[in-house]
Parts: sequence; C-alpha cells; structure tokens
Amino acid sequence: MNKSLKYMIFSVFSAAILTTTSLANADAIADRKAKMKEVGKNFGIIGKMVKGENPFDSKAALAAYMAIGEAGTGFGELFPEGSETGGETTASPKIWSDREGFQAKGKAFGEDLVAAIQAGEPADLDALKASFGSVAKNCKACHEGYRVKKE
Amino acid sequence: MLRWLVKLATTVAIIGFAVFWWLTIPQTFDDTVSITYAGDAAKGEAVFWASGCASCHAKKGAKDEEKLRLGGDHPLVTPVGTFYAPNISPHPEFGIGSWSLNDFANAVLLGTSPDGRHYYPAFPYTSYSTMTRQDLADLFEFIKTLEPVATPNKPHDLPFPFNISRGTGLWKLAFPHQRPNVDTGGDAELERGRYLVEVLGHCGECHTPRTNSGLGGMDTSRWLSGGPAPEGDGKIPNITPHEDGLASWSQSDIAYYLESGFTPDFDSVGGSMVSVQANMAKLPKSDLNAMAKYLKAIPPVASQKTP
Repeated sequence: MNKSLKYMIFSVFSAAILTTTSLANADAIADRKAKMKEVGKNFGIIGKMVKGENPFDSKAALAAYMAIGEAGTGFGELFPEGSETGGETTASPKIWSDREGFQAKGKAFGEDLVAAIQAGEPADLDALKASFGSVAKNCKACHEGYRVKKE
Repeated sequence: MLRWLVKLATTVAIIGFAVFWWLTIPQTFDDTVSITYAGDAAKGEAVFWASGCASCHAKKGAKDEEKLRLGGDHPLVTPVGTFYAPNISPHPEFGIGSWSLNDFANAVLLGTSPDGRHYYPAFPYTSYSTMTRQDLADLFEFIKTLEPVATPNKPHDLPFPFNISRGTGLWKLAFPHQRPNVDTGGDAELERGRYLVEVLGHCGECHTPRTNSGLGGMDTSRWLSGGPAPEGDGKIPNITPHEDGLASWSQSDIAYYLESGFTPDFDSVGGSMVSVQANMAKLPKSDLNAMAKYLKAIPPVASQKTP
C-alpha cells in the first residue's frame, strides 16, 4: 500500500484541528451522517461474508476496507461547535464535552483499519474474520459513549 | 370537642403508621434455601453473564476481566436520583463474602437485605423473582470464586420521598411481578428464551415502558415495546416484532446481534447495550437462538409516541 494513502487515513481519524467552524452546521450533520452510512454499508459487505450470508471474496473485502478509510476522511472534523443538536443527530453531547476521548476512539479505529488494509487481501475467511473483529470492535467502543439513539 | 378531634387524629395517624409499617415489612424466605440447593460455580458462570450482574456491579465501562471485579460504585443516574450499585464481590466486609445462600436468595428474589431492609428496584429483583433456585445457588457459588474487592458501598443520592426505604415496600406491593402473556405452546426452546429474556436477562426493565409516569412497574400490555431511557436522554428501542421494532429482523439476525453487536445493516450496538451485548456474547449460541425465537414470538406492539 502506498504511503500517501496510509497517511491520509491516519489524518482522517486522528485529532483534527477544527478549522471548519465556518461550515454550515446543518451541512456538518448531514455530511457526517452520510459518511457514517457509507462506513456502515462497507462494513456490511465484509460483515455478510463473516456472517456466512455472502461468499468470501478477498478483493471485495479489501476494497470495502479502503472505502471505509475513504468515507472516514474528515469524519472527526464534522463535529464543530454549534452542531450539537438538530437534523436528528444521534451525536452525544459527550463529543463536545470530552473531545479528547472522542478523538482517541477515532484514532484507535484508524490504526486498526490501516493494519487491516496493510495486510492486503485476506488469505481466507478466517483471516478476514480476525481483521473484521479487530476493526469492527471500534464501532461499539465509540458508540458506547458518544452516540445517543433518539428513536 | 377539640380534644376529641386531636385524639381521633392522633389515633388515625398511629394506626396509619402501624398499617404502613406492617404492610412494608420486608419479606424473607425461611432458611430452607441453603439446605436444599448445592451450587455449581461452573454452571453459575453462565447464569452470571445471562443475568448481566457485571453491567452494574463492575466499574462503569468495564471490559473483559474487569467485569469480574464486582466492587460496585457504578452510578445509575435516574429521574428519581442517583443510585450506586453496591459491592457484591466476595469480600467479607465490603461485599457479600459473609452472606449465606439464604441471604442471597432474599436479596435477589425478594429485594430484601440481610439486615432486613428493602433494596430499591433499580436492582431488578422484580424480574429475578422467578429465577430457579438451582440457578440462584449456582450463581452464588460462582460469585464466591471471584476476587474480593475492598470498596465500601456508596450511599444512594436520593431526594425525599425516595430516600425513605420503607416506601419501597409500598412500591413492591403496588407493582408486584407480573409476567406478560406470551403463549409458548409448551415449546422448550421458547420457554428457555422466555426465561432468559424475562427473568435472567431482565430485558423488560429497560425495554418495557413503565406505568405511573415511569415510576411504576413494567407495563405488561406494552411488553418490550421500548420507551424513554431510564438514564439520561435517548430512547430504548422497541424489540417486539412490530414494524416499529424488529419486524424486519429474522430470528438469526437477532441471535447474531446478541453475539456480535451488529444489526442486519451492520450498524453497531451502542450506549448501555454495549455492556449487555458483551455479556450475551458469552452465552451458548443455543441460548441466543432461544432468546431470538422468543422475541419473534411475543405480541407486536407499536411504540408509544411521546411528545
């Protein structure tokens, strides 16, 4: 994998300086929801292989990991002050009160994702199950404290 | 005349207080529980995970091995005040190390402490009340194998009138344990699922809306149809087979969610359910399938619209 992609993904999830306050907050909410949807869709591609619903496809699996990295680009920057509420956001107020903790979760996610991408196409289903477990555990780790379901 | 009135009022007050006192005497079992049942710690581990003890009695956010340190201190912030889960590690002074099985039965099934006080229903004894005696004994044996933790209990932070422990006696009388009307047709797997969801898993405690503006018992006519989160803001989802709930999920989708924490769309578990799901992931797949089967068999109920 080329270095620039690796650094791109690192920058995605690691601490981002909030230069985006000029961004309309409504757009931030819509954008982060769209990105999260994309992340979920690609997790589903791998998850369905892991679950046994779809046949194992090493190329599609790696492509999905890369797509998660791409969708995650700039995700951490989409929580500017003023975008705490509205647009049916499920973001927890803790994102703003504990920014450091929130960003640490994103960083851990980025690292596990980079490791999965660097490993290249998974050799078999067991290898995919292992990398999926390692990357996917970050979903609930962050959703535990930083998301509040309203519906 | 005035003296007579004062006398009457005093008499009524004394009788009223006596009736209140008598009605709210904490119930206990006689001491036969420990004589009849010998616990098995290995079997008790499954009961421990199914019952979700660690989600409140271990530290908040505890993961993996930390979930076995049951020192309590986990705050439960509710509209009536903040409860702090007590230490249930086998520490002889700070935990339950000096309890008999009978003390444990009184606590878990009746909500009565060894010194004869009511526990608040933040401790889900309402659901646990129909736990089998054998499971109870096994659970007790398992907890005794864990590490004793020397953390003193923190008193609950409750305003008047919720700080009157005897008041809980009235609550228990007003809201006795009621089982929802679910027809299992004698199916053993459904019965197992019912026991895991209704009793050990005590899912209804959060997923069933409560009567009396949330202060009462579980509303069995709206069984598992979700409602406001007991802690903070947010909603607890409807998990009945209604389109507001899990209608589009198959039985295996539900079992997979309990095992992995992923919905059929690969959204992940979140909030306080993260800890619950981590407990469930430790159960045998047959148990997860049984729970899923039960959740597909209960009556579909629409979510209550809240303003």
